[in-house]
Amino acid sequence: MIWDWNVAKDVFPLIFQAMWLTLGLTLACYAVSLILGIGWILLRRIPWAWCRWAVTAVMEFIRSTPPLVQLYFLFYAWPLVPHVGVTLSPVAAAIIGLGVHYSTYTAEVYRSGIDAVDKGQWEAAVALNFSRVRTWTKIILPQAIPPIIPMLGNYLIIMFKEIPTTASIGVMGMMLTAKMYGAQHWVYLEPFTIVAFFFLVMSYPSSLLIQYLEKKMNRRLDKKEILRQQKQKGVIA
Amino acid sequence: MVDVFQVLSKGIQTTLLLLLTSAVLAFIIAVMAGLGRLAKSRWIRWTIRVYVEFFRGTSLVVQLFWVYYALPMLAQALPFLPPLNLSSFWAGVIAISLNYGAYASETVRSCILAVDRGQHEAAIALNMTRFQRMRLIILPQAVRMMLPDFGNNFIQMLKSTSLVSLIGLTDITYAGMVFRNNHIDLGILTFAMMLIFYFLLALPFIWMTRRAEQSVSRGVASR
Repeated sequence: MIWDWNVAKDVFPLIFQAMWLTLGLTLACYAVSLILGIGWILLRRIPWAWCRWAVTAVMEFIRSTPPLVQLYFLFYAWPLVPHVGVTLSPVAAAIIGLGVHYSTYTAEVYRSGIDAVDKGQWEAAVALNFSRVRTWTKIILPQAIPPIIPMLGNYLIIMFKEIPTTASIGVMGMMLTAKMYGAQHWVYLEPFTIVAFFFLVMSYPSSLLIQYLEKKMNRRLDKKEILRQQKQKGVIA
Repeated sequence: MVDVFQVLSKGIQTTLLLLLTSAVLAFIIAVMAGLGRLAKSRWIRWTIRVYVEFFRGTSLVVQLFWVYYALPMLAQALPFLPPLNLSSFWAGVIAISLNYGAYASETVRSCILAVDRGQHEAAIALNMTRFQRMRLIILPQAVRMMLPDFGNNFIQMLKSTSLVSLIGLTDITYAGMVFRNNHIDLGILTFAMMLIFYFLLALPFIWMTRRAEQSVSRGVASR
């Protein structure tokens, strides 16, 4: 027999339980990355050029090195750093590590949203003598946020799929649970297949939802564009 | 310091070999799957769709472990399959190339679709066959648009090769972990060096991707 239902029945509840940790971790890492992403954006707006360069270099460095090694660094090497080193629990290291790693990506998403706002909107704000805070909250953000929501949603799914990496530093998510069960009973097919199934069942519907959102958003933007063109041509007032 | 450098350099060979093998395979898979998604036959389209959604929907780590641990067991149990003894290297190559092939196939598909409709029509007007149209008109324009995305995918792929250390392949990460286990006091240095190694490997591709992004819109008729 290839597929042993008894094993599957045995391991399913274990993985189901571990799923909550995986989901919780996903949300925690995601929240950290969203918040830190704003931090990167603010840092990049510092008026000194060398500072902006340094920030960009650090971001590029974090983005292009593997999250796995970053997790190892946080978990194993960080406690050894003299004076500042703190021993982190696996879960804390996972949240900080993946949160920081993906914050560099969310920062790019934010930036693309802000860049997409028409330059005239800034000028209009200046012309109306808006304060900085008002410019941002009333003019820039309302236009920058809606188009990037699908992209940010994508990162939630990507984050969810990145969580199994944390098994390597001992977070008992779905992956490590399956692996340990496999090592104890010398069956790997059922546990790993069930984990794959969980991932598929959770990430596929959400990616469908995001595709739908994206289409809807595009249609709305298209409509705006059409209206604008019609106004220019004088078709409508 | 010199020791760490030497140990990690040994790991680089595995990382690079794995990266290049999977990149070539992933590229072939991506082109085939991307074109297949646009095929006339509904069966081909749906099979490829299932493949793409499966590999995009599950995590690479899960796929890696599945290929390495579960697939040999499956092959053992199925009478019509030969006994499968995957080395960790080939398990890594299979998982990574199938995973990134699925992602990149979407790039291929969307770039082909992004070539202006008029180009198709012009090619039809010139009485070109489907194959000629693709080869002479559409692909040369689409490939150019794909380049930045391929560059990004390549960097992602480089990063995910570190995961093969989890199935015991002696890449940079694994070599570094072994070294660190023997020299606990050099932990910070080892991990810092690992990060720097990966960054140095990624650097040329970051630059190439930048340049590709700049030159992408030249000479392309896109919507």
